Amino acid sequence: MDWKRFSFIGIIIVVLFATVVVVGQARQAPLLIITSMLATTISVSTPLVLGALSGVYCERSGVINIGIEGMMLASAFFGWLGGIYMFHIFELSAGLSIALGVLFAVLTGVVMSLLLAWLSVTFKVDQIIGGTVINILAVGLTGFLNRQLFFGKGSVFGGTVPGSPGVLPTIHIPITEIFSPICSDSASCLVNLQAINRVFDQKPIAIAAILLVFISHYILFNTRWGLRTRAVGEHPKAADTVGINVTRMRYANVIIGGIFAGLAGAYFTIESVPSFEPLLTNGRGFISLAAVIFGNWTPIGAWVASLVFGASQALLINMQIFRDVIPPQLSFLQESYIVGLTPYILTMLILSGIIGKTTPPAADGVPYEK
Amino acid sequence: MQTKKQANSLLQTVTANSDSFLIPILAILTAVIIGGIIIALVGGNPILAYQGLIEGSLSSARTLSETAVWATPYIFAGLAVALAFKGGLFNIGAEGQLAVGAVFSSLIGYALPGWLGFDLPGIIHLPLAILVGALMGGLWAAIVGWLKAYTGGHEVINTIMMNYIALNTTSFLVNGVMKDPGQVIARTPLIAESARIPTIFEGLRIHWGFVLALLVAYFIWWLLNKTTLGFEIRTVGLNPDAAQYAGINVKRIIVLTMFLSGMLAGLAGSIEVTGLNYRHELGFSVGYGLDAIAIALLGKSHPLGIVLASILFAAMRNGATRMQFLTQLPVDLISVLQALILLFVAADTIIRYLYRIKSKGERVVLTRGWGG
Repeated sequence: MDWKRFSFIGIIIVVLFATVVVVGQARQAPLLIITSMLATTISVSTPLVLGALSGVYCERSGVINIGIEGMMLASAFFGWLGGIYMFHIFELSAGLSIALGVLFAVLTGVVMSLLLAWLSVTFKVDQIIGGTVINILAVGLTGFLNRQLFFGKGSVFGGTVPGSPGVLPTIHIPITEIFSPICSDSASCLVNLQAINRVFDQKPIAIAAILLVFISHYILFNTRWGLRTRAVGEHPKAADTVGINVTRMRYANVIIGGIFAGLAGAYFTIESVPSFEPLLTNGRGFISLAAVIFGNWTPIGAWVASLVFGASQALLINMQIFRDVIPPQLSFLQESYIVGLTPYILTMLILSGIIGKTTPPAADGVPYEK
Repeated sequence: MQTKKQANSLLQTVTANSDSFLIPILAILTAVIIGGIIIALVGGNPILAYQGLIEGSLSSARTLSETAVWATPYIFAGLAVALAFKGGLFNIGAEGQLAVGAVFSSLIGYALPGWLGFDLPGIIHLPLAILVGALMGGLWAAIVGWLKAYTGGHEVINTIMMNYIALNTTSFLVNGVMKDPGQVIARTPLIAESARIPTIFEGLRIHWGFVLALLVAYFIWWLLNKTTLGFEIRTVGLNPDAAQYAGINVKRIIVLTMFLSGMLAGLAGSIEVTGLNYRHELGFSVGYGLDAIAIALLGKSHPLGIVLASILFAAMRNGATRMQFLTQLPVDLISVLQALILLFVAADTIIRYLYRIKSKGERVVLTRGWGG
């Protein structure tokens, strides 16, 4: 990530936040708006960050993964289904069911990624088509099973959607408690402190996603594993010559990618809302893919790019909150169809290279023939 | 005489390599077997399910007509993806181009007489509605082609983004200025009688759009194999560097290929509006993009193959209702079957391995990584 791209991202985020502050100041203090925007941005960018990390691992090892969308969708479904199964059929406690649901989501991601690895590494199928197969398969399978298991007459749940065990809890980080002595009983100071606290009070997967960004950065650029992964993605022949098993490295990294995509899927149905509907990922896997490219195939770059997309989504959500105080000249901001275009148009601008060129790993998308 | 010769060489190009028929057929067979296992696993009766699929799609004049109705947009959209493949481009954006085509066709269909202040004769109104839809679909895709040629922005991501932009924009229009005021659902008013494609037989829904689809398939085959432009498209697709060296304007061909591809996808939308629905309804385009990719791959990007693959997919979609009636299995099962077919067609190595078929000749490169 060069300064040009970082400053571009900075400007976009500032513009998005400033817009909400301008619109909402009639009702709320700027600090409260900014903190609430930040909290929403971090939360809604979670699946994008995890999806992008999935892409970074796969592509750094030389496997293009355009199946992130499908992996997320399948994981979201099976994680949700697993949780419900544990809760209703095996009658486990809600907490345990939720935890197992996350595990099911991750396992689904792994299975889907194994399919991708099998197609693109073992059978050397065109990788973009391999990813498309995963996307189509996920749409078909989740749509079919969703209908068959919950709405089918002879299904185990008797034709109704049973209640889900719930969602993951928010983890409270005691910032207010620690810093409240500074405020010395000033009420407004305490309100501000609580607002800042809300930015840090996130759910487990959101927190894990941010930690995983930095862990992934360390793994890819400071460990032997990372060096080998990058070697396999840049020049598999050379890597092979010095004794690195190209096939095994690619399989391993695609599976890691599957774990991340699985967590991203869990975000939708186990962390965000406890329900599933067909096609619920709604293109966020593809936005992750764009974040990978915009972030120049680095974990931190991809994270920052995901935050931009998250911020534009947060803007939409906030516009709904401030619906009745939007000044008439800014009323177009209410049109979710128009504001909703931001991430897509940004992605296309970014890909056109006007904000600096990106360089993919040299062997990205090329099957390795010995 | 001339056409007979051409038809013969058309057949020869298909049968020259027997694998190009064998692999898809074995892929379908394998998918049917695995699909049967899945049906049995969820407690259904596979034989009854497949019986329902066949009965529901091929058993009577009415079901055959419905299969043709389903096949019509598939043929256009499949050709769109295939043409792009031939030019070395992966068009995942057929869905968006189709929606754009459909919206503009319906706009011309319902609003033009009002704008002009007089009724148009069908001979002008209908072709105009179809043409405008196709052109707008083409322009929509040409943006991506231009970005690819002049900035290097990859068409895979850009066509996906354009899908969402198309979906949002058409939603905005159909929920707003283009919404039929008398309706609760977001859809445009009905198009004028003069902008409708007539049906072929009294009482059946099959319309002349199906025949047009077959003609266009033949035209695309002719374009690709018998014209300089087609040669240039294929050369750029096989090896852009060599094409450049041979004096072909590669950038121009990339934009043109995307434009033609988008036009075909736009036609799919136009014909659906003018021939079947007589209006644009929100969300009808969803799913066509991925189906079109599956059809193009199953048909090995050959126009005749695409027509056959489209009819197969159409028969499955059409027969699904009967299948559901017989077995209580949800219609979505078809998507699983189609994904399996695509899986085995894309990974023909699996099929070759399963049925011990030796590979001959080079592997066909369909897409290139981010760099190409």
